[in-house]
Amino acid sequence: MTGVDRSRLPAVGPDPAFSFPEIARHTLSNGLEVRTVEHASVPLLTILLQVEGGSGADASDREGLAAIVADMVDEGTGALSAIDVSDAMARIGADYDVDVSPDVMSFSITTLARFATRGASLLADMTTKPSMRETDFTRVRQMRLDRLKQLKDLPPAVAERAFLRLMYAQHPYGHVPIGSDTALKRISLDDTSALHSAMFRPSHATLVMTGALSHQEMLEIAKSAFGEWADVGARGTPVQRASAIEPSEMAPPRLAIVPREAAAQSELRIGHLSARRNTPDYPALLVMNALLGGQFVSRINLKLREEKAYTYGARTGFDWRRGLSPFVLQASVHTASTADAIADAIAEIEGLRDSRPPTQDELVLAKASLTRGYPRNFETAQQVARSVAQLALYDLPDSYFAEFVPKVNAIGEDDVTRAAMQYLVPEKMSTLIVGDHSAIADSLDTLGLGTPRVLPPEL
Amino acid sequence: MTSIDLPYTKRTLANGLDVIVHEDHHVPIVAVNIWYHVGSKNERPGRTGFAHLFEHLMFEGSEHHNTGFFPPLQQAGALLNGSTNTDRTNYWAVVPTSAIDRALWMESDRMGYLLPAVTRERFETQRDVVLNERRQNYENRPYGMAIMAITSALYPPDHPYSWMTIGSADDIRAMQLEDVQAFFRTYYHPSNASLVLAGDIDTPRAFDLAEQYFGDLPPGTRPVPVIAAASLAREQRLVMEDRVELPRVYIAWLSPAMFAPDDAELDLVADLMANGKTSRLYRTLVYERRIALDVSAHQHSRELGSFFLLAATAAPGQSLAEIYAEIDAELDRHSAMGPTDDEMERALAQAEAQFIYRLQTVGGFGGKSDQLNAYNVLLGNPGFFTADLDRYRRATHDSVRSAAARHLRRDARVVLSVIPRGQNALALAGSEPVTVS
Repeated sequence: MTGVDRSRLPAVGPDPAFSFPEIARHTLSNGLEVRTVEHASVPLLTILLQVEGGSGADASDREGLAAIVADMVDEGTGALSAIDVSDAMARIGADYDVDVSPDVMSFSITTLARFATRGASLLADMTTKPSMRETDFTRVRQMRLDRLKQLKDLPPAVAERAFLRLMYAQHPYGHVPIGSDTALKRISLDDTSALHSAMFRPSHATLVMTGALSHQEMLEIAKSAFGEWADVGARGTPVQRASAIEPSEMAPPRLAIVPREAAAQSELRIGHLSARRNTPDYPALLVMNALLGGQFVSRINLKLREEKAYTYGARTGFDWRRGLSPFVLQASVHTASTADAIADAIAEIEGLRDSRPPTQDELVLAKASLTRGYPRNFETAQQVARSVAQLALYDLPDSYFAEFVPKVNAIGEDDVTRAAMQYLVPEKMSTLIVGDHSAIADSLDTLGLGTPRVLPPEL
Repeated sequence: MTSIDLPYTKRTLANGLDVIVHEDHHVPIVAVNIWYHVGSKNERPGRTGFAHLFEHLMFEGSEHHNTGFFPPLQQAGALLNGSTNTDRTNYWAVVPTSAIDRALWMESDRMGYLLPAVTRERFETQRDVVLNERRQNYENRPYGMAIMAITSALYPPDHPYSWMTIGSADDIRAMQLEDVQAFFRTYYHPSNASLVLAGDIDTPRAFDLAEQYFGDLPPGTRPVPVIAAASLAREQRLVMEDRVELPRVYIAWLSPAMFAPDDAELDLVADLMANGKTSRLYRTLVYERRIALDVSAHQHSRELGSFFLLAATAAPGQSLAEIYAEIDAELDRHSAMGPTDDEMERALAQAEAQFIYRLQTVGGFGGKSDQLNAYNVLLGNPGFFTADLDRYRRATHDSVRSAAARHLRRDARVVLSVIPRGQNALALAGSEPVTVS
C-alpha cells in the first residue's frame, strides 16, 4: 500500500451525491407558516420563529427599538420572570439564540428532541406573550446604553456604524441594530410594546422546525404551541418595510475618517451600495466576490496579506438585505501601511473590471469552492433551520438548495466581468478609516480621494 | 438517560503516527484533523510566539507542492484552518468525500517535507502577518492586553504559561529562519502527531489511506514532556490602564490541570457563578444590583495546570471595590453552603446537552474529529468522551463545594483592575501598576 506519487496532486473525484433537505410546508389556521425538515443525525431539535421587520423597522427617531423588542422576549412571560425563563431553558439544556437583522428578526431554541414540546411551548410563550414589565425594560435599555459606550472602544464596531451611515444616510438601513444613544434614551416601554404587537403576527411570521422528529410530529408540536396565537396586530399600524424605501441618490464622501489616536492599526471599510439579494445576478456576484475577496486565496487577501503583509486578513462581501445592499471590503491594517493598503485594494477592484479579467483557473477555483463544499452547510439542525428561514426571508423557492450548484457552475468569465462592471464602481466607492489621523493624514493625500471627512465616533 | 457516545477505531502506524477513524455518513464530507503535541508551552523565553508563527508557515507550501496550501483544497470544496494554543497545534480540513486523497497527500507532504519550501521571503512575510494579527487581536482591542498581565502574574517567568501563545512583539521580530528547522525536526513528525479521519469514509479504507500517505514518513523522536510548576502565596493586586470606557476587574486563580480531579467541578462552579441569568453573580451583580454590566467565569483547562478566571465590568459610575466585595461574598457563601439542588440539577442538564451538541459536526474547531484528537493527545485515549461526561455526572453537591473552597482562595490569586487611562482612582486599593507591551 505504501509509496506515494509526489510528482503531482491527486485528482478530485466526481462530486458525491447529496440530497438536500426536503421541506414540508403547512399554514396554521391563524396564518402562521410552518416549515419542517427531518434531520436525524443527532437527537436534537431546532425551533426557529422568524418575524417580519428587523432593525429596518425602526423609525428614524427610535433607532434601536426593534433590538430592544427582541431583548424583551426572554425577559419573562405569564407567571415566569426573566430569571424563571432562563431557568426553564437551562433545565432542558436549551441553546437560545436571537438574531436581529435589517429585514427580519429570528428567535430560536435548540434542545434535546425529547424536550421538543417543552421547548416549543416556551418559545411560543416568550415570543408571543412577553411580559413587558417596566423594570425589565429599564434594565434592558440601560444595558444597551452601556454597551454602546463600550462599543466606542472597539474599532470594528465603530467602523460598521459609521460605514452604514455613510452608505445609507437617514434611510432605515443606515443604522446598526443597537441604534444610538440619543434614540435609545427616547424609547419608552409603550414604544416597545407597540412595535412588538405590530411585528409579532402569525400571518407575518415563519416557524421553522428541524430535527430528529417526523414532519407530522413537528407539525403537531407547532400546532399545540403556536396554534392559539391570535393575529391581533392586524388592527395596528403596519411595520415599516425598509426594503420598500429607496436610498437617497446623494453621493457619500469618497474618504472619511473616525480619528482614533495612537491606534495600532487602521480599521478599513471600502464599498458602495450595489445589489439586492434577490437579483438574478446573485450567482455571478458570489463567484465574482469569491475570487476578488471572498476567500483566503482571493486576489485581495493574497495581495494585502500574503504578498504585502499589511494585515492579518482582508475580505470582501455583500451585506445582504432585501433592498439595495452594500458591497464592502474590510481589513484591519498596520497604521503605517494604511494608504498603501487602500490603494492596492482599490487597484484590485479596478483590475477585475478592466486590465485583469478573471483567469480560467481563478474561475474554476472560485466556483468549486462555492459548490463542492455546499453540502457542508447542512450538517446541523441549526444550520438547516437557518437556511430554510433564509428562503422565507428572500422569498426563494424550496428548490433553491438543489438549484444552487448548477446555477453557480453555469457562471462564465463574461458573467463575472459583466457583474464587476455593473456592480462594482470604484469611482463611487467610499473609503472609511478608523485610525490614527495625524499619523496617516499626509499619506492619504496621495490617494486622490480628496480631503477626508472627519466623523465623530458616534453617529 | 440518553446514551451518548463517540465511537472510533484507533491504530498506530509503525512510525508512531496515531490514526483514529470515526464513521458518520450523514453528509458526504470527511474531516481530516491532525494534532501536533506542541504549543507555546514548548517555547523558551526570548523565543515566545514561535509555535504559532510556525503554524503560519505550514500553509505556505511544502516540497512537492511548493506554493500556497489553500488553493488545491479550496478548489476541492474544502474548508480549512489551523490554530495554536499553549499545549498543541491543530490543522483541519473538511473536504468532500471525493477529495480525501488530495487532502491526505497535502497533509502528509507538509508533515514530511516542509523545510525545502520555507524560504526567507515566506518566513519574513508571515512574521509580519503575525505582528498584524497581534495588533488586531490584542493591541487594538479593548481589554485585549489584560490576559497577558494576568498570565505573567500567575506564573513564574520561566514557566511557559507565563507568556501568551501569540508571543511578545519583540520576540516575534527577533525570530530567525534558522529556528524553523530545529523546531520542525523536534516537533513535526509522526511520533508527535495524531490524525483523525471522521465522516463519510469506511474504516478500512481510512486506515489504508493513512498508511499509504503517512506510512513511509520517518518517525522522529518523541519530544521530552515539559514539566513546570506554579504556585501563588498571596493575593497580588495589579492595575493596568487601557483605552476603555469602563473599568473591569479580573480575578484569577491557579487550578487543577485538564481532566485532573476538581477540573470538571470547577467548570460547574464557573457555570453556576456566571453562566446565564440564573447564575449567582449575574443575578446579583447585573440583574438585581446593576453594579456590573457583565460577568463571566471560566475554568481554562490546560495540560500542565489550569487557571480559573472571573471577570466583571463595572456599570457606569459603579466601583470595582463593590463588585469585588460582592464576588467574595458569593464565593464565601458557596464555600460554606455549596450549590443548591436546583443549581446542581440545572448544571447537569446543561452539561449533558453540551455533550450532545458536541456530536453535531465532524470537523472544524471542536467538532468530533477535534475532540477525538484532544482525548488521544492529552490522555492517550480517544474513547474518553463518555468518561468525560461522567466526570460531570459524578459531581456532587459536596465535590463542587469543596473544589471551589480548595482552589478559589482569597490568599492565593491575582486581581487585576483594568481602568480608563489616567483614572487610577478607579482601581482596587493597593494595586501595583503593570504594563505589558
